[in-house]
Amino acid sequence: MRSVLGTSLSTAALAVAVVGMIVAVLAARRSDARLWKAARWGAYTNLWILLVANLLMVQALVVRDFSLSYVAQVGSHATPLFFTIISLWAALEGSLLFWGLIVAALTALVVYIHRDSEGPLVPYALATMFGVGVFFYLLLVAPANPFAAVFPVPTDGPGPNPLLQNHPLMAVHPPILYLGYVGMMVPFAFAIGALLSGRLDDRWLHLTRRWTIFAWIFLSLGIVAGMWWSYEVLGWGGYWAWDPVENASFLPWLTATALIHSTMVQERRGMLRVWNLTLAVATFLLTILGTFLTRSGILSSVHAFAEGTVGVYFVVFMAIILVFSVMLLLGRTDRLKTTGSLDQVASRETVFFFNNVVLVAFTFTVLLGTLFPLLAEAFRGVTVSVGAPFFNQMTLPFVVALLFLMGVGPALPWGKASRKGVRDNFVQAGSAMVLVAVISVVLGLRDPYAILAFAFAAFALVTNVREYVLPVRARMQAKKENVLAALQRVMFSNPRRYGGYFAHFGVIVMAVGITASSALQTNHEQTLRPGESMQVEDFTLRFDGMWAQDQPQRFSVGATLAVSKNGRDIATMEPRLNYYPTQEDPVPTPAVRSRMTDLYVVLMAFQPDGSTATISAIVEPLVIWIWIGGVMIALGATFGLVFGRDGGYGAGGGSRDRTDRRRVTREGEDPAEPGDPSTERELISTGAKR
Amino acid sequence: MSNEPQEPENGGEKRTRRRGLTFLGVGAVLIGFGYLLLGGIGDNLVYYLTPSELEARGDAAYETSVRLGGVVIPESVQWDADALDLRFKVGDGTTEMEVHSKGAPPQMFRDGIEVLVEGRLASSGVFQSTNLMVKHSNEYRAPEEGQRPQDLYQDLLNTEGE
Repeated sequence: MRSVLGTSLSTAALAVAVVGMIVAVLAARRSDARLWKAARWGAYTNLWILLVANLLMVQALVVRDFSLSYVAQVGSHATPLFFTIISLWAALEGSLLFWGLIVAALTALVVYIHRDSEGPLVPYALATMFGVGVFFYLLLVAPANPFAAVFPVPTDGPGPNPLLQNHPLMAVHPPILYLGYVGMMVPFAFAIGALLSGRLDDRWLHLTRRWTIFAWIFLSLGIVAGMWWSYEVLGWGGYWAWDPVENASFLPWLTATALIHSTMVQERRGMLRVWNLTLAVATFLLTILGTFLTRSGILSSVHAFAEGTVGVYFVVFMAIILVFSVMLLLGRTDRLKTTGSLDQVASRETVFFFNNVVLVAFTFTVLLGTLFPLLAEAFRGVTVSVGAPFFNQMTLPFVVALLFLMGVGPALPWGKASRKGVRDNFVQAGSAMVLVAVISVVLGLRDPYAILAFAFAAFALVTNVREYVLPVRARMQAKKENVLAALQRVMFSNPRRYGGYFAHFGVIVMAVGITASSALQTNHEQTLRPGESMQVEDFTLRFDGMWAQDQPQRFSVGATLAVSKNGRDIATMEPRLNYYPTQEDPVPTPAVRSRMTDLYVVLMAFQPDGSTATISAIVEPLVIWIWIGGVMIALGATFGLVFGRDGGYGAGGGSRDRTDRRRVTREGEDPAEPGDPSTERELISTGAKR
Repeated sequence: MSNEPQEPENGGEKRTRRRGLTFLGVGAVLIGFGYLLLGGIGDNLVYYLTPSELEARGDAAYETSVRLGGVVIPESVQWDADALDLRFKVGDGTTEMEVHSKGAPPQMFRDGIEVLVEGRLASSGVFQSTNLMVKHSNEYRAPEEGQRPQDLYQDLLNTEGE
């Protein structure tokens, strides 16, 4: 019954998406209002269809209808209700169903918001989003049908993957990440819409800017939540291992970050048009690649490729997007002339240009490292993996370069820079950088990478703080306002700018957290008998004994440790090993005490009679800064998103010169003075042309 | 470049030459970057090998970082819990290799289980492990009677609430 109903719903969604795509294209070509309305209704219909299908699946999970293949795969009578509901995204089929819901919901939302938009741009964008929908609903109908019937019906199932039911963060991490992934469909759809309609002015960027930031916020939060989850669950004290699945989420984040910055260059100076279209397409492609890597299992087991039918679908879909987008771009090069040019070396647009170069090089590096095992397998027939040291060594220069640019960019105005302001900024930021480096060395830090990272973080921090302090101080003097009032006025005078700088603070805080926790961590492992203690840094851990606990869905074995710091009792920590019936080896569940310095305790091994326990204790400073930084990034971006005005970057704040320049650019004239073009100008132009 | 059509003839030539130089510059940077990248990858590749395959590499075996896959040879495990010192042999049916590792092995580690040992072959002929993983199959297998954690750790269960 549920099987027939569910499969019918997926099939209906597929049919609506196919018809909707055709109708939307016709609506765009004929500028027919009735067809456009029909296409919109298709989008709304699919939202309801997918919503019902998802609710049906959740209900089936809750009542444990094991006649459905997906429930039989991830459900079990022993799993608690909470984890039963979130096992909607515990495996491939269910997560694709949920994914389909997000695609449908975003499509409907975008169309609803832009329903009165004139011209063929939005109809073409809708057709593109329907096209994406067709792909996902096709997966639901054919190779990954969560509603497939099972016979004979099992009486019980294995329950979700133990790793996924071991921590409540699994309830938030996947949905947030999916929203970020699917959200990147919107800039892609509008980029394709712009190319198809031939209207290649800035309109598609204006319409999608908020969507890109919306998706970027969720992608950022999703990545940070994933780091947090692996820190709390995987039991090795780290949060990022350059695992293919982690890289898969990081790659589109890098290109989306590049897009958010280069968008501003096009808004202000009319440059980088092809580049922005390319970034929008590349970001979406990378989200699909990410889903593919995560869901096909191609990288953890290189040989699974031939077996997984889903993988083939993904490869074909990526090939279609790539060929289609490249052909469209090539066909439109004549209309993609850039109107502005890079005429000042020391200007913000130059910094944005380098920011993009660094981010894209960063993307290539991570992409190559991630896909290299596949290439090696295909061409040399060897099974290899690329070690984490490769990623750490190769990406550090990019991180430092980005921190440097983050410290240079805000100090430089668009167009021509005033020498004095810039000099002041660099003197202060440079002194802070040297000071931090010297202090680090004096305090005994010897890791050159860590010193470098701290120093450049200080450099970036000073510039971004100055961008707040200078206008606030000016306001306080001119208007006799107190600090808070002035700060509020300044921030609301240009929400996009100040939200952006706040996000920069988040990145800096995170960079410091990552550097400190990896460079300054202490690890100590010891086998203890009851009553014995071990010492790590200032912490003393006394082993008080082993215990076990039998729960319906799992069996836990734990160690009780009394923790004291400098002789003062501070906590009782109980790291454990959770045994799930479906998996032979236990899931380690570390006990974590998060303060400025985290104490991370893992039960490594024990004697069945409880006579000894081997405990690993890791002391990691500033881990908490990573999570705080992640939240700051999201807050800053949200501030700009909610309060910022479209096309208003730079309006209200900044000097008169900046505002004038923007107006000129928006009228489509070249604000640059005629004269000998500099090399950088050439670089940008040729880069943008290709 | 909206002002391109108004450019005088020789300005266009200059422009082309400059563009050529730019292409050369960008190309050189890209090649250098690619070289660094591939070099970096080459130095950090971890090969998946069996003891036989590792031995077949001869002298080159000592320089590569390897994930050595095989089965723990029964009764080869020597575990010193106080010194956290572990020695055992890994075999693939034809070749056996001695492994030395510091730190506690995963709780599932035991005779006859499939393991993946990350590390390097030392000149002494002993494989120095930096990371020891137990390979688990995703296939669900009901534990035998007496092998469930509830049975194995009966004693601990009784001490609960102490």
